[in-house]
Amino acid sequence: MSQQLFQGHVGIGPRVTAEALVASDNFSARYDLDRIKGVFSRQQHKLCGQSYVGKVLILNAAKGGVASAWMLREMTARNMAPAALILNFANPIMAQGASFANLPMVDRFDGDITEFVKTGDKVTVDPAKGTVKIL
Amino acid sequence: MCANLCDAASAILKISAIEYFEWNENMKLTDHESAMLAGEEGPARKYAMEQVVNVGQFFDAEDCVEIAQVHLMADPESLGDECVSFLEGLAELPEEERLVRAPTITDPRGVDLQAYKRLKQTEEQANLERRSIAAFRALGVMMTDTCINYQTIMPPVLGEHLAFGDTGSSIYANSVMGARTNFEGGPSALAAALTGRTPRYGFHLDEVRKGGTHFEVDHRPADLSEWGALGAVVGRQMQSYWEVPVISGIDSPPTSDELKHFGAALASFGSTPLFHMTGITPEAPDLQTVFDGPAASVPVATSLTRAEVTALRDSYWPADDRLDVVVFAAPQLSLMEMRTLAGLLKGRRVNDAVTLIATTSPEIKSASDRMGLTELIEASGGIVLEGVCFYQMYAREIGEANGWKRLMSNSAKIVNILGGYGYEPMLASMTQCVDSAVAGKIIGSAL
Repeated sequence: MSQQLFQGHVGIGPRVTAEALVASDNFSARYDLDRIKGVFSRQQHKLCGQSYVGKVLILNAAKGGVASAWMLREMTARNMAPAALILNFANPIMAQGASFANLPMVDRFDGDITEFVKTGDKVTVDPAKGTVKIL
Repeated sequence: MCANLCDAASAILKISAIEYFEWNENMKLTDHESAMLAGEEGPARKYAMEQVVNVGQFFDAEDCVEIAQVHLMADPESLGDECVSFLEGLAELPEEERLVRAPTITDPRGVDLQAYKRLKQTEEQANLERRSIAAFRALGVMMTDTCINYQTIMPPVLGEHLAFGDTGSSIYANSVMGARTNFEGGPSALAAALTGRTPRYGFHLDEVRKGGTHFEVDHRPADLSEWGALGAVVGRQMQSYWEVPVISGIDSPPTSDELKHFGAALASFGSTPLFHMTGITPEAPDLQTVFDGPAASVPVATSLTRAEVTALRDSYWPADDRLDVVVFAAPQLSLMEMRTLAGLLKGRRVNDAVTLIATTSPEIKSASDRMGLTELIEASGGIVLEGVCFYQMYAREIGEANGWKRLMSNSAKIVNILGGYGYEPMLASMTQCVDSAVAGKIIGSAL
C-alpha cells in the first residue's frame, strides 16, 4: 500500500521503529517541554500534558530558540527523548541538534505528514532514505 | 600517551557511536576539510567536521564557507551534565587539537557567580556553570557572556559570513548589519569555531535572503515593548525558518535598541533569522530591490495596525493586579536602557513584595558601575545581574524557589518564552513595569 510510505528529504540519524505521537502544532524543546518529566508543558500546545518519551514525534515546524540544539542530546542521554522527530519543516537548530544527539529526524514530505500519520500508529523512520512507513 | 588520551576523548565524544554518518560527496570539501573529517587533526575537529557535513547535507549545501566570528550559546541549563561532560572531553585534548580557529564569543551564561545565592540558585547549578566556563576557556573561547554583542563587542559588517548562536543576535546581524548567518545552535557554533567554517546554505545565499512576505505598518511603535509586540505580531505569521518578512511604512530610522527588541521578538515568535525594513536595513533600499523583481512582483502588503500590536500586548494582561517579579532582559540591556531604568528608579523604592531584576553584559555592567547607574538601580532595591539573561538562568527553578509566578517585562521575547516555564508573564512599557514594581501591584490597565 503506497499510501503507507511517505517520502521526505534525506534526514539525519539511525533507522528506528516506534509508536507515533502526532499533532498539527509546532515544536521547540525549550518553549514546549518539561524535559525533566518528559511531557509537553506549554499550555497552548496541542500535546500539553502528553509524554513524548520513546515516541516518533510528528509535528509541523521547528520553532523557538537555539537551545534545542543542545537539549536533544541531553534528553537522549537521560533516555527522556522522543524516538524520532518528524516535521513538515525542520530548521537548522533541529538538524544541528539531531546530528549532535544521533536522533533520527526527517522532514520535507510531499504533503502534510501530520495528516498522513495518526497518534498510535506504529511507524518505521528511515533517515538514510528519508522515509516514514506505517506498519 | 596522545593515542590513549585521544582514545579516551573519542570515547567521551562518542564519535564512534555515529555509525550512520555518511558523506555522500555531493558536498564539495577542500583537502583541509577532508583531512579534518578523516580525523587527521584529532577527534574534536573530526566531530566538528562531521557536524558541519551532516547539517550541510541535510540542507543540500554545495560546500563550506569560512566564517569571521562565532557566537556560542551554551548555558548550563541547556547543556546539562551530558553536554558539559562532552565539552570537558574536548578540553582535555592537546592544545593544537582543541583551540578554536575563529574568534569565538559567548551568549549569556546561566549563573551570575557573584549573585546566584541571592536568587536561590543551587550549588549544583553553579558548579555546572563553573565546569562549562573552565572547559570553554581551555578551548580558547572568549567569555563575553552577552547577547548584545553587536552593540558591545564587535559589530558585524555587510556581507560578512558568521556563525551566530542567539536568535536575537543572529537576526540583528542578518537584518540590521547585512551580515550572513543561520541560527547556529551550540553544537554547530562550536563546530564552526573548531573548523573555522560552516555549511554554505540558508542565509549565506543571496536567493534565500530575498523578501518573502510583505507587511505595511501604519504607525510607529511608542516604546520598546511595542517594538517587541510588533515583532511578535509579524513573527506569529511566519510559517517556517525560510520565510523572510519585509516591513514597509517605518518612516525614519529606529534606534538600535528598538530594532533589537523588534528583531528579538520576531525571531522568538517566528523562528526566522532575517527581516528587511525598507529604507532602513541595508539590503532593502526599496521594495523592488528587496523582492528582486519589477514593481508588479512586489506582493500585496498585509496591513499592521496599532490596534493589532496593542492587542498582542493586552492579550497577556491578567484579570487581577498581583505581581511577583519585574524583569528587564532578553535581550540584555544596553547602556541607554540602563540609563533609562536608573532614571525611572531614582529616589524610589521597589516594593518589598516584588523583585526587580535587570540583566546586562559584563561590559555594560562595568560602564554602568562607572557611571553610577548600577548604584541608582540597586539603591532602589533593584538587582543588576551581569553576564546572564533571565530565561537562561534556570527560570523554572528560580521561579519555584522564590515563589515567582506573575512576571512583568517590557520584553516580548521573554513573555513568549516564560509561558512554558510556569510563569504568568505580561508585557508592559518600562515605565509601567517600574511604577508597578514600586507600587507592589500591577499599575495601569490594558490599552
